[in-house]
Amino acid sequence: MALDEGKDVKGGHDAREYDHEGEFRHVGTRPDRPDGVDKVTGRARFGADAYAPGMLHAAILRSPHAHARILKIDTSRAEALEGVKAVVTRADFASGLEGEDWNILENIMAGEKALYDGHAIAAVAATSKFIARDALELIEVEYEILPHVTDVDEAMQPGAPVIREGAAEPGVPEGMHPNVVRYHESGHGDVEAGFAEADLVIERHFTTEATHQGYIEPHACLAQMGPDGRGELWCTTQGHWNVQKLCAKLLGVEASAIRVTASEIGGGFGGKTTVFIEPVAMALARKTGRPVKLVMSREEVFRASGPTSSASMDVRIGMKKDGTMTAAEGTFRLQGGAFPYAPMEFTAMCAFACYDLKHVRQRGFDVMTNRPKQAAYRAPGSPMAAFAVESVVDELCQKLGLDPIEVRLKNAAREGTRASYGPTYPRIGLVETLEAARAHPHYCAPLGPNQGRGVSCGFWFNFGGETSVTLALSMDGTAQIAVGTPDIGGSRASMALMAAEELGIPYEDVRVTIADTASLGYNEISHGSRVTYASGLAVIKAARDAKRKLIARAADKWGIDPEAVEWRDGAAHPAGENAGDFEPLSIKEICAEMGATGGPIAGHYEATPEGAGVSFATHIVDAELDPETGKTTILRYTVVQDAGKAVHPSYVEGQFQGGAAQGIGWALNEEYIYGEDGRLQNPGFLDYRIPVASDLPMIDTVIVEVPNPGHPYGVRGVGETSICPPLAAVANAVSNAAGLRLRQLPMRPARILEALEAKADGEG
Amino acid sequence: MSMVHVSARVNGDAVEFLCDSRETLLDVLRDRLALTGAKEGCGTGDCGACSVIFNGRLVASCLVLGAEAEGAEIETVEGMADGEKLHPLQQKIIEHAALQCGICTPGILIAARALLAKNPDPNEKEIRYWLAGNLCRCTGYDKIIRAIQDAAAEMREEA
Amino acid sequence: MAKVKVHLWSALRAHAGGAEAVEVEARNIGQMLDALRARYPGLAPALDAGVSVSIDGRIIAASLTEPVAPGQEIYLMQRLKGG
Ligand code: FES
Ligand code: FES
Repeated sequence: MALDEGKDVKGGHDAREYDHEGEFRHVGTRPDRPDGVDKVTGRARFGADAYAPGMLHAAILRSPHAHARILKIDTSRAEALEGVKAVVTRADFASGLEGEDWNILENIMAGEKALYDGHAIAAVAATSKFIARDALELIEVEYEILPHVTDVDEAMQPGAPVIREGAAEPGVPEGMHPNVVRYHESGHGDVEAGFAEADLVIERHFTTEATHQGYIEPHACLAQMGPDGRGELWCTTQGHWNVQKLCAKLLGVEASAIRVTASEIGGGFGGKTTVFIEPVAMALARKTGRPVKLVMSREEVFRASGPTSSASMDVRIGMKKDGTMTAAEGTFRLQGGAFPYAPMEFTAMCAFACYDLKHVRQRGFDVMTNRPKQAAYRAPGSPMAAFAVESVVDELCQKLGLDPIEVRLKNAAREGTRASYGPTYPRIGLVETLEAARAHPHYCAPLGPNQGRGVSCGFWFNFGGETSVTLALSMDGTAQIAVGTPDIGGSRASMALMAAEELGIPYEDVRVTIADTASLGYNEISHGSRVTYASGLAVIKAARDAKRKLIARAADKWGIDPEAVEWRDGAAHPAGENAGDFEPLSIKEICAEMGATGGPIAGHYEATPEGAGVSFATHIVDAELDPETGKTTILRYTVVQDAGKAVHPSYVEGQFQGGAAQGIGWALNEEYIYGEDGRLQNPGFLDYRIPVASDLPMIDTVIVEVPNPGHPYGVRGVGETSICPPLAAVANAVSNAAGLRLRQLPMRPARILEALEAKADGEG
Repeated sequence: MSMVHVSARVNGDAVEFLCDSRETLLDVLRDRLALTGAKEGCGTGDCGACSVIFNGRLVASCLVLGAEAEGAEIETVEGMADGEKLHPLQQKIIEHAALQCGICTPGILIAARALLAKNPDPNEKEIRYWLAGNLCRCTGYDKIIRAIQDAAAEMREEA
Repeated sequence: MAKVKVHLWSALRAHAGGAEAVEVEARNIGQMLDALRARYPGLAPALDAGVSVSIDGRIIAASLTEPVAPGQEIYLMQRLKGG
């Protein structure tokens, strides 16, 4: 394998990072994950598994109102309760914050107004959980109840209650309601001219409800802060450097004053990319001088962490009789709670990203409502777009009598296609996923009565982001890697595989640790499917850095130039006959004497890799509809996705399956239900029903590997794209099973029955 | 606030603790006995992350009061391995990559062991219905089902 | 210094005299954004809120030092974030 010649990674990133030649030895195998034993024996420590001597327990008082002015908070009775050590309110946090920092503070502790049901008003630390909860009932809050709005379309109507005056950013079209805070428009060509070329133009309206990431582990943390202003925080998070940065800002201290350690994380899916309770626990710890543990209940997770946006969308697509798409246009309205930054621009940009379109235009509106601040959820913004667009594509195929995969292949984006969001695609793998789906036995398997098959494609961007990795070699030649990206789904195994590959040592000789914020440079959050891509790239580069040093030691020992030494099978070898005749020096031999040959050996990587590469998927699903009950059963499911290169295929399959399962839940059952009073009606797993084992079939997977030019091994992020196609795939299957098309999610049984009845009436 | 004195057996060891009458068995295991293998995913009996065996029955420990444990025999995930040797279910869960984040794993292991004790050769459907009270948000259950079937086969051979 | 052509997303165009693309002198993304701010002050809030840049189809999420050159296809995009 070619060595990376110490290229300065800070200046220009080489778009062509891909440099792997020959066979992989470790990458692509399926060893046991390094933390497997900890996870199956109960030894792994998650957010709520930390305890400290003298620890207090905290609880948060939350608004029962969707929208209310806070006139007065009286905490005196709570403070007087035996065992209560402190109460904090907004006054205990930094003032003078701006922009998103202010938004985040406002979300974790209300200021002048309660903006949604569940909004934090005050918090208590006490000597037991029960005392803390009892104390909440003693806090007296006087509210002036204000009119509220929770629906995205209603929030845009004239006369809708204004969530926050003056929040709109420049660029929002004139005359919009003040709740519309941001606007996006992009595209190219002349869509009207394109529609004129079509034989059939279909325009439809769609809605999707807010769903929750539904990680099984609630938010939890343990905070300490001494009178010297220095603190420690243990928490479950996708990005502890971000937690450090935000806690410091919200508490008004320097970032380095707080050392954050990431616990094992019990799921995140984007929902743990920000802070909710951590700054509150820190503020209580500061006020009491004692460790404070704060754990959300499941109800709090639903009411006050970040679900995804709900959406209202209009999509119009034109097609010729032969299946050629001539133009596409979409309008996407997303509400992101009582704060700006619903991911509507991603909805817009992802909407038509699968297709090669001469004429395309998309618009997005970011709308505020009285709901919790949305947080990222796996490919934020993209699944709803795919639902709308892929449903219309399917309907066009039905009406024109065309095969849905053939039509998608005919219009598929490929290398050189101008993306709907502007730029030209480099090497991408959509066509390969479609071809693999067409060739899969699932696609031509027979169907029974009341059964239908649906197909859909999906697209997501991937990200690099700030990444720091250290790879230290031990005296015995084993490697210890410190990464800064929490391991949500087995990434330690992937990191160890890549290091083993580079160094030519056994997988078991690599130990991967998630370092705390004091031990490495900044690391961007584990989001945007970036872990295997960016931390993986960083591990490879750090290993190459260490390898250069190992080579230098061998060269010194042999008295030859480092250029005359090559690294192979975990040892330094003279490169060719001219280099001299030396016995190879193994990593163990070099490391054993490293103290005497120049000191410890470690490799580093600190940079922002920028070659993440977009990814595409095609899903096939068979569904059966029970005409009596309206219940949809998923009979068979196949995920085909481009992974670039699957480092540990089992965990890649796991990401495909997990995304599909979440998408099925979104399509069929999951939704935030708000009552007339603006309160969340279903803040628990009983009424917010995520798929259980008996709801799902086996989920077949096909890993397509079209190498990403931006990664040394060709890796692409795989974590997110898998949630994009299922919403539409399931809707298309239902449509093909029962001849009715649902354009509102979720497709719960009552809705399907209603549609069946309406259809029967129409036919009768 | 009155504390209740309780003696019980956890994973074969005699334990004694004082607990608040409102404390759940899950709270007691985690906060008083330092057995944090059982997890609280919901506290309302809906997720199964807190599953333990209580006098031979599979229960959600968040729905049992600590005070009810007087004289009880309790088994948790911490007691599944035999010293250094993992239980076949533990081994197969790792081998099949049947966990991503792993927060549901202790509950799934306990529930699966209870199933195999009743039915050493469950088919896919039986496993799916038995596990319907154990939520996993990461895996889509596919690999969990395979791991359990594989472990069951191995246990049948050993038996 | 060489001129590069930068495509703007449409909400930005109003601040750049309605143009779909503008030319500025720059050798890297940081210089390019500074030049845009200097020439079209109305763009500053949107640029400060965070942008990603697509260069010949490769999306640069954050780096300001990434070189840009004449003839490249350069698009500004709203800052990307994942889940
Ligand atoms: S915590 Fe007991 S069932 Fe969820
Ligand atoms: S592995 Fe994460 S919930 Fe099951």
